[in-house]
Amino acid sequence: MKVLVPVKRVIDYNVKARVKPDQSGVDLANVKMSMNPFCEIAVEEAVRLKEKGVATEVIAVSVGPTQAQETIRTALAMGADRGILIQSDVDVEPLAVAKLLAAVAKEEGVDVVLMGKQAIDGDNNAVGQMLSQLLGWPQASFASKVEIAGGKATVTREVDGGLQVLEVALPAVITADLRLNEPRYASLPNIMKAKKKEIAVKATGDYGVDVAPRLKVLKVTEPAKRSAGIKVETAADLVSKLKTEAGVL
Amino acid sequence: MAVLVVADSDNAHLRDTTHKTVTAALQMSGDVDVLVLGQGADAVAAAAGKIAGVRKVILAEGADVGHGVAEAISATIVGLMGGYDALLVPATSAGKNFAPRVAASLDASPISDVVEVVSSDTFVRPIYAGNALETVQTGDAKKVLTVRPTAFKAAEEGGSASVEKTAAASATGTKFVSEEMVKSDRPELTAAKIVVSGGRAMGSAEEFQRVIEPLADKLGAAVGASRAAVDAGYAPNDYQVGQTGKVVAPALYIAIGISGAIQHLAGMKDSKVIVAINKDADAPIFQVADYGLVADYKTAVPELMAALG
Repeated sequence: MKVLVPVKRVIDYNVKARVKPDQSGVDLANVKMSMNPFCEIAVEEAVRLKEKGVATEVIAVSVGPTQAQETIRTALAMGADRGILIQSDVDVEPLAVAKLLAAVAKEEGVDVVLMGKQAIDGDNNAVGQMLSQLLGWPQASFASKVEIAGGKATVTREVDGGLQVLEVALPAVITADLRLNEPRYASLPNIMKAKKKEIAVKATGDYGVDVAPRLKVLKVTEPAKRSAGIKVETAADLVSKLKTEAGVL
Repeated sequence: MAVLVVADSDNAHLRDTTHKTVTAALQMSGDVDVLVLGQGADAVAAAAGKIAGVRKVILAEGADVGHGVAEAISATIVGLMGGYDALLVPATSAGKNFAPRVAASLDASPISDVVEVVSSDTFVRPIYAGNALETVQTGDAKKVLTVRPTAFKAAEEGGSASVEKTAAASATGTKFVSEEMVKSDRPELTAAKIVVSGGRAMGSAEEFQRVIEPLADKLGAAVGASRAAVDAGYAPNDYQVGQTGKVVAPALYIAIGISGAIQHLAGMKDSKVIVAINKDADAPIFQVADYGLVADYKTAVPELMAALG
């Protein structure tokens, strides 16, 4: 069984994004970049499937600039077998990313696409669902548990109000939520081994996908700042302030 | 332009996230219909018809849509979109599950988590955990948006729209197996006027229940949690407030033993009044708190309970 894991290079989750003064976007110059945390969870799950003997090959794919090769290397160091970079120096919108991934999934003949539910930069939470629709494959999003056997996946999903269990026939698209697993740190020997693994570099045009943006970004601004208020000394002070000053009790 | 709003319900009750999404839709057009997807959801459809400004309600019933199966929901919606120029869906887990599928079917670029309608084709949405706001204009013939309910006022009651029934689609490769819902008499997290949230400092699920829940009950509040507390198993996933969990904007948000990571602040910083109780005076949560109490929750919460009487 082949597993495809899309991974995205994003601003490190510990770094606070800053808006450029000209309102053209977020300043990413000299900012630490890392693999999107949800993608790490997806890679971990795919590698565990391989370790259990359920998966035979794990392919990591990324759409992004040349530096996204580093993100793919991270996936390879965690245990993915090979990588594909679909290189693009312009930001590719979720719809076009989904079209590119659909082309790769078909070309590689994968059985499962395991991916993060959301990237922490655009916060769209859309690509997995769109990919499932474009491929006509079943979808199990926001997974906190995945079991694969007998040509189907049983997926526990985090939904409004609790948990839901779905059974999807393979091939299928599964998106990872936070509680699916705790991703491993790559060991030094595995980082070294990853350097020898193959990364195929492609262009968006190789898949015949039009990546021209559909959305025009008019401006990117900073939200209204919330300023720190006051410190109170005791719980009784707090209650009296909430009653009289804030009027919320 | 005609706009279709998808109702948010549990098959029995209409949630006010629907009313808030209708408000966003009415800012785009006067022609707003509401689609209720469910099973045995007549009461939900009747409630949707009472929202002021709604032109008509469409009720599509079926087992798969009643269980929230995305493939069935999106196929049902796509079948109706011939008559609409835009689809607006509350940005809940359920809404985010199917809205992008509809967009892909219509070859539209979806716009997630809209917090402001600038015009019928221009919208504001948060990116980077709410550290930036992006204003985007779409040229798509059919627009697909998810709407962040906390950013809009609920549309009022007072309408009398008729209900029209249609058939819902079903799914083939996806089967609903079971669900396990958190049972609670407390208000719903995203709709509550007061939210009491606990963090990793609680140390265990027992301690979380012992400390956070009685305080919430005393205040008639909903219970929330930081991602750290949910990851550690102290609270169910449904409690998570943050960038990737629930976004709340209550009148009063009380954060107990929560340090205030960027992704948590993204989910609560639009609350009217924020209270933070934390023994670490340098915790980032104090930078957004209106009232900060530097104290160990173990002493502060009992004192707070006593002061509330």
